[in-house]
Amino acid sequence: MAATTTTSLTVNGKRQAVTADPDTPLLWVLRENLKLTGTKFGCGVGQCGACMVHVDGQSVFSCLLPVKDMANRSITTIEGLSADGSHALQKAWIAEQVPQCGYCQSGQIMRAADLLKSNPRPTREQIVEHMSTNICRCGTYVRIVRAIERASKEAQS
Amino acid sequence: MNTFTHNATASNTGMSRRDFLKTGTGLAIGFIVGPGLLMQAVDANAAGGAQINAWVNIATDGTVSIMLPSSEMGQGIMTSLPLMFAEELDADWAKVKVVQADVDSIFNNPVHFNVQGIGGSRSVRGYWPIMRLAGGQARYVLLVNAAQRWGVPVEQCSTVPGKVLHQGSGREMSYGEIAAFAKVPADMPQLTENDLKQRSEWRLIGRDTPRVEVPTKVNGTAVYGIDIQLPGMLYASIQRPPVATCPYPIYNDGAENGPVSVDDAEALKIEGVTQVVMLPHGVAVIGTDYWATVKGKRALKVVWKTGSLGSKYETEAKLREYGALASDTSKKGRSLAPWNTGNAEAEFNGAAKVVSALYLNDHVHHACMEPFNGTGWLRNGELDLWVPTQGQTWARDVGNKITGVAKEKIRIHTPLLGGGFGAKVEQIFTGEAAMLAKAVEGKPVKIIWSREDDVKHGAYRPATAQYMRAAIGADGKVTAWSHRVAGDSVFLRSRKFAWDKLQGFDGIVAVGVATPYGIPNKHHEYLYQESGIAVGYWNAIGNGYTLYAIESFVDEVALALGKDPLALRLEMMTDKRSKAVLEEVGRMSEWSRPRPAGRALGLAYNFGGEWNAPIAEVVEVSLDKATGAIKVHKVWAAVDPAVAVQPAHLTQQIETGIIWGLSAALRERITINHGEVQQSNFYDYPVPRMDEIPEIEIKLIDSGVLQPSGAGQIGVPPMAPAIANAVFRLTGMRLRAIPMLPERVKMALAEQGSKVA
Repeated sequence: MAATTTTSLTVNGKRQAVTADPDTPLLWVLRENLKLTGTKFGCGVGQCGACMVHVDGQSVFSCLLPVKDMANRSITTIEGLSADGSHALQKAWIAEQVPQCGYCQSGQIMRAADLLKSNPRPTREQIVEHMSTNICRCGTYVRIVRAIERASKEAQS
Repeated sequence: MNTFTHNATASNTGMSRRDFLKTGTGLAIGFIVGPGLLMQAVDANAAGGAQINAWVNIATDGTVSIMLPSSEMGQGIMTSLPLMFAEELDADWAKVKVVQADVDSIFNNPVHFNVQGIGGSRSVRGYWPIMRLAGGQARYVLLVNAAQRWGVPVEQCSTVPGKVLHQGSGREMSYGEIAAFAKVPADMPQLTENDLKQRSEWRLIGRDTPRVEVPTKVNGTAVYGIDIQLPGMLYASIQRPPVATCPYPIYNDGAENGPVSVDDAEALKIEGVTQVVMLPHGVAVIGTDYWATVKGKRALKVVWKTGSLGSKYETEAKLREYGALASDTSKKGRSLAPWNTGNAEAEFNGAAKVVSALYLNDHVHHACMEPFNGTGWLRNGELDLWVPTQGQTWARDVGNKITGVAKEKIRIHTPLLGGGFGAKVEQIFTGEAAMLAKAVEGKPVKIIWSREDDVKHGAYRPATAQYMRAAIGADGKVTAWSHRVAGDSVFLRSRKFAWDKLQGFDGIVAVGVATPYGIPNKHHEYLYQESGIAVGYWNAIGNGYTLYAIESFVDEVALALGKDPLALRLEMMTDKRSKAVLEEVGRMSEWSRPRPAGRALGLAYNFGGEWNAPIAEVVEVSLDKATGAIKVHKVWAAVDPAVAVQPAHLTQQIETGIIWGLSAALRERITINHGEVQQSNFYDYPVPRMDEIPEIEIKLIDSGVLQPSGAGQIGVPPMAPAIANAVFRLTGMRLRAIPMLPERVKMALAEQGSKVA
């Protein structure tokens, strides 16, 4: 069976060397090797978005990416989105009291951050289209939209 | 900002009572609850109070730590329950810290089987008297101690948030200062509801306080069950049988579908895999990282038992059987006398007209975002369990049953729950954590279910058939009503004491059948059918389908009478608050205003039963006849929740309940062939995404009723009947099975077409 190997990658701005089976999904390396448990396991097949992180600035399903493909890539997780929870989206999420159980919200926020970076003033339709990769089983969608609109507005003012 | 402490964080592997009490050299008060909710306050710091867990700790720095008795799963009780306590304590909310309680009978919920746990939207209702009285008693302790220190009568003292004042002298003392010397007086009076604040004096209840744990849910620091990290922790995956298997460990071990033998040679070769363990219901692979156990699980070769009752289960065949049974009124089930009135059967025999209909519903699944998981650690004869559970008492009992560790030596740590919806009332993951902890005694071990495990081995909402009849007298009034439900039992499988108490009437499967409509003769019956497949609690559970039958049928009766559905409901309604929500939703949706071609409105109303929160919903729908797809464009809801502790959050619960109801009405469906669930993951068990959410408008009605209610689930049930009723008003076609899948709609359209032709 495949032996473990060591992969160098940057996580939240910090160089890390992780030793794992090369096929281990990035998700589990983040959660277990690096103890960054804000990124969640939801489905394991890229269907729900609970595991979303940014790789080189793009939102991706970390449950689908083997760690061997992450060498020298730069990864941002919810813990690294801002130093102190002060990202416009994080503030908007609190202002709108978005989460219920909250389990999916790291992924939702990472997905939304990706949108606002490329499109700071998304229309409602663009928000809905972009965010439809992510499931919130509680059903907090109405407030997710509101929080993204709030963050977008506040970033402009 | 408020903070909260789990007894389950990485740095704190078990916040004990001692830790809680030492959070300051202050006052810690426990409450022994006696009959009639009389409360004896006990100084939990005092020697002799050693066996008493504290409900509240007031530290000398003024921090007020309040225990959260049960689980936060998105319903907001981590804030709303301590808020009720803080209201009567007159605490400064900015200084309140919420602490998750360990398992202890002082935290039992009197309306939830008198155990520590949540379900049935019973948290606010159960703890409303307890937490407010306890808060009031604790405030009294502070008042008495300050008065004694000042040498003044306690009647001259009052409180403002966080301080006691003496009116005569203008002196004041902070709660922290008092906590430094306070003692619980020996002659503590028993406060009653009459001693508590008037509604006009509330400054926390009803004011939309930001939820304490929300900041942790946006920065990755919130700790859910799956996030537990312990030193030297092992991981586990379980290979499960082909037949759906979700035993409730108090009564059943699932061995009927379990392994006969296993070849684990390949699995044990995988780096990181340390052990393979046979369990009654599956085979566990244990390893040093989760991924190794996933690979190990895939490498197992297991021979499974065959021939169980569950292995013969076919959903469609069963539903046909249930339908035949429910419709055959010579077959008798179990009825609950207090729910019945008059003599319905006699009325049917002599009625001018009898209307009848049969409704079917498939199984649905919870699909919590956080799959089942649990962490166990058995060492030195003691057991720690970190489980995202909706039932602390039952989790402890399962730990005791499986490991033999005495209940007093078991600690239940409750992290946040990534969704519950009734799924986490189940104790199988607790049982597995205990079994595995025993297998690796001395080391902590965490079991994580895959999404496929979760979808294929759930405790699904029961599939049922419901036969409805109404007798109509010569004067056009409904004179008799009969509702028969056939399906498997949740109680018999998982709460046998409740089944025994009701002598075979499953109050969960048949929940909601008792309507408040003013019909003189009413009869309700439950026909138990054993399926061998686990059925369990779901969002609004039985009410989800019983209301579908009731409210669809009311529209069918309205049609038979030639009456408007809203007018008929108002005519039959006896409950004043219900009448108000019906009238309000009629106004909100402009019920009588004609809609453009291709659109129609449908209505449904839910009494809410013990939830004490009547609700009415109206939906506006369209139908694509080519694809059979129903689209809901807008939803209006009017609800009377009595006291809304957190009104905005309550509104949010209704809103998300509507989304659950929509999904269960139109799409969600678990199908089982030869006992095997046909769905696996979100790609074939789709749940709503953002692009499918209708516009939703909700209005809370304040009827001034000073009672608690349970609003977590009331929004769910009206959606299915409201949609079915709207489709009927649009097309003249009655959909009598949920989910109303496109293929079912097309079949119904074809049938309708053939009738016309």
